[in-house]
Amino acid sequence: MTLLRAEGLQRSFGGVQAVAGVSFEVAAGELFALIGPNGAGKSTCFNLINGQLRPDAGRVLLDGRDITGLPPRRIWRLGVGRTFQITATFGSLTVLENVQAALLSRQRRLFGLWRSVAAEDPAPALALLARVGMAEQAHRPCGVLAYGDLKRVELAIALANAPRLLLMDEPTAGMAPAERLSLMALTARIARESGIAVLFTEHDMDVVFRHADRILVLDRGRPLAEGRPEEVRADPRVRAVYLGEEG
Amino acid sequence: MIGNLLAQALSGLASAASLFLVAAGLTVIFGVTRIVNFAHGSLYMLGAYLAYTIVTALPRGPLSFWGGILAAALAVGLIGVLIEVLLLRRIYRAPELFQLLATFGVVLIVQDAALAIWGPQDLLGPRAPGLRGGIEILGSRFPLYDLVLIGIGATVLLLLWLLFHRTRFGILVRAATLDREMVGALGVNQRMLFTGVFFLGAALAGLAGALQLPRESVNLQMDLAIIVEAFVVVVIGGLGSLPGAALAALLIGQMQAFGILIFPKITLVVVFLVMAVVLVLRPYGLLGRPPPPHAAAHAPPAPPLAPLSPTGRRLGWLALGLAMLLPALLGEHALFVLTELAVAILFAATLHFIMGPGGMASFGHAAYFGIGAYAAALLIKHLAAPMEAGLLLAPFAAGLAGLAFGAFCVRLSGVYAAMLTLAFAQIAWSAAFQWVEFTGGDNGILGVWPSAWAADKRLYAWMTLLLCLGGALLLRHAVFAPLGLALRAQRDSPLRAEAIGINTFAVRWVAFSLAAALAGLAGVLLAFSKGSVFPTYLAIPRSVDALLMVLLGGVQTSLGPFLGAIAYTGLHEQLMRLTELWRAALGAVIIALVLFFPGGLAGIRLRRP
Repeated sequence: MTLLRAEGLQRSFGGVQAVAGVSFEVAAGELFALIGPNGAGKSTCFNLINGQLRPDAGRVLLDGRDITGLPPRRIWRLGVGRTFQITATFGSLTVLENVQAALLSRQRRLFGLWRSVAAEDPAPALALLARVGMAEQAHRPCGVLAYGDLKRVELAIALANAPRLLLMDEPTAGMAPAERLSLMALTARIARESGIAVLFTEHDMDVVFRHADRILVLDRGRPLAEGRPEEVRADPRVRAVYLGEEG
Repeated sequence: MIGNLLAQALSGLASAASLFLVAAGLTVIFGVTRIVNFAHGSLYMLGAYLAYTIVTALPRGPLSFWGGILAAALAVGLIGVLIEVLLLRRIYRAPELFQLLATFGVVLIVQDAALAIWGPQDLLGPRAPGLRGGIEILGSRFPLYDLVLIGIGATVLLLLWLLFHRTRFGILVRAATLDREMVGALGVNQRMLFTGVFFLGAALAGLAGALQLPRESVNLQMDLAIIVEAFVVVVIGGLGSLPGAALAALLIGQMQAFGILIFPKITLVVVFLVMAVVLVLRPYGLLGRPPPPHAAAHAPPAPPLAPLSPTGRRLGWLALGLAMLLPALLGEHALFVLTELAVAILFAATLHFIMGPGGMASFGHAAYFGIGAYAAALLIKHLAAPMEAGLLLAPFAAGLAGLAFGAFCVRLSGVYAAMLTLAFAQIAWSAAFQWVEFTGGDNGILGVWPSAWAADKRLYAWMTLLLCLGGALLLRHAVFAPLGLALRAQRDSPLRAEAIGINTFAVRWVAFSLAAALAGLAGVLLAFSKGSVFPTYLAIPRSVDALLMVLLGGVQTSLGPFLGAIAYTGLHEQLMRLTELWRAALGAVIIALVLFFPGGLAGIRLRRP
């Protein structure tokens, strides 16, 4: 069943056509990787889907609903969680408060003035933190956490809205190799348990080939190949753009 | 007729030329060092005083006149270097507002130094030799000296252009304005660059001040008068943009020259109207551009806020209880001071709410204080309403003003947002000052007394204490409520906040308006205690007072506004009693605080783990 559908996305910056006609579909519960060499248009493509950028042409459909050009906060309300290439958390708030902010936002209670946040039941937020292995650090401010831990907090925040789709922009960038695989293993496990689709871009081929169900390879803004990991790995065109082999 | 218009345009050009000289230095300094130099107007004033001393000491003649002007400019440049090396160099990494506070300390010290050296009376300098008269242009007389001023403005613009495009120093300055980090990474000696830029900027301010000698008397109010206009020019042009400053100076000069002809009533407000319109349409000024993205990312995260520990909470309630006992024990004057202090605490708390948890700066917070006070006073004056109606209307009116002005201000960030708040505050101030039939103008509104039941000073002090501390505690509570959480969240990471469905604009807007409403309450409580309102309720010094209290107390602590208001009010009273030079003493205390306790008074406690 198709959850996310991108149709003929195009976007240019000045004279550069960053994304030149990209279409793909992500099914519910599927881990879908968007890869390609530097400048292939991965990040632009990603930002067209999450609402950060507006496409020049094409549409983005979530569960059949057109979400093209909606602001990020509206897309979030439709059940799309995000993590960023460079982590974005609230540095002065504790890990717990970071997740509570997302939960309160989900309940549309963020304009409350009377009941203090400390009086809220921490159980739902702690449960989310337990899923990503961060419950012990719940009371530390995010500003002092190690980078790998921040990535986990971001994942917990993204899960707070019970999303149908996770958008992860280079989820393992800036992490040590061992941590990368464990973070993606965690993501994959959570996605499968809860039937969440994950669309991610990634530079680390190890991570991609181990965890993605399907892969779309972009080159200079255009789709080059699409398929299961073993198909993509065997594709001579992919080898050419990645390894510089003469096809 | 045409001659008249031409004369008006030329006189606009002459003021544009002086404005440009001041603004050019300010914008170049900001572009490279990112310092918002409040003391720039003081350098301008020093230029005028030094030129007076030098020119009157020398024998009369064109050589000594122009030599004196140049010598004054160079001397001010050296004073600028002194300020940079002794003070600013130590605080380049401090938050923007602390730098502003430190330079404000310099303003206070220079004011008292000038008072001590040159005395309180206005000084009339000599006319420029050979340029006393005027010339006929199409039937209108025009002062010759103003023509020379226009020529000097154009020459300096040309020289600066050559400096910035034809010399290594100039190219480095332009590069540093675009991306300071990158210039540092390329191995440029930043210390020399910064000092050089400060010398240049200060000398330009000194030159502008010195050139005023034949045009107007030298006085102690020159510094603040020019700094506000210079900021307006710099912000309209785009911070750091020299061509922008030139363009904006031309625009403002002409608007002032012709504004007087068309709407004599709105002369004071016209520059701020222009700034408001420009900032609403172009958030980074006419020729400015958004700051490089990593400039903001380098700011360290704010320290976490936590509610008080049980002991702290008990101490807090104890302090509150003692405060509530105070009116029973005090005499009449002390009661009045207590009322003022309570008002200061609430006013500081409202500014702190938007600056600390909200991360927005405001240079015009007095607007809401004054609008609250004026709303009640006008109600009493025109409709003979009782105090209770005024007390209810004030926060409502100030809150509405907060909604209206805030809708524009909270879209911007940093210095631009702060300047737009200043613009709105000045517009409100001009309405109070110039709309004499309705607001009483400079004479204010008298007879704003409490109802009979609250006429007793002691009772009124109790009511004020209750409402002010209640309001301040409400805001403190709000910081820990969901709204406060959202407010701190959008300050820490707007990107993340939007990604979890938070409407960051709405959160900032609501917080801004709430703070405005309570500032209005503070204002009306002071009005009824004094029995009058004056335009000073809305004026810049009151905004600056609040800013000083918040920064003294510590922006990023929830106790800051309480400590800051008490310390500032106390310091002010004590210093005024102890020494004639209380301004300089206050300035020195402020600078010492910035240098040694950058976290504010409440931060002193936080330093020890």
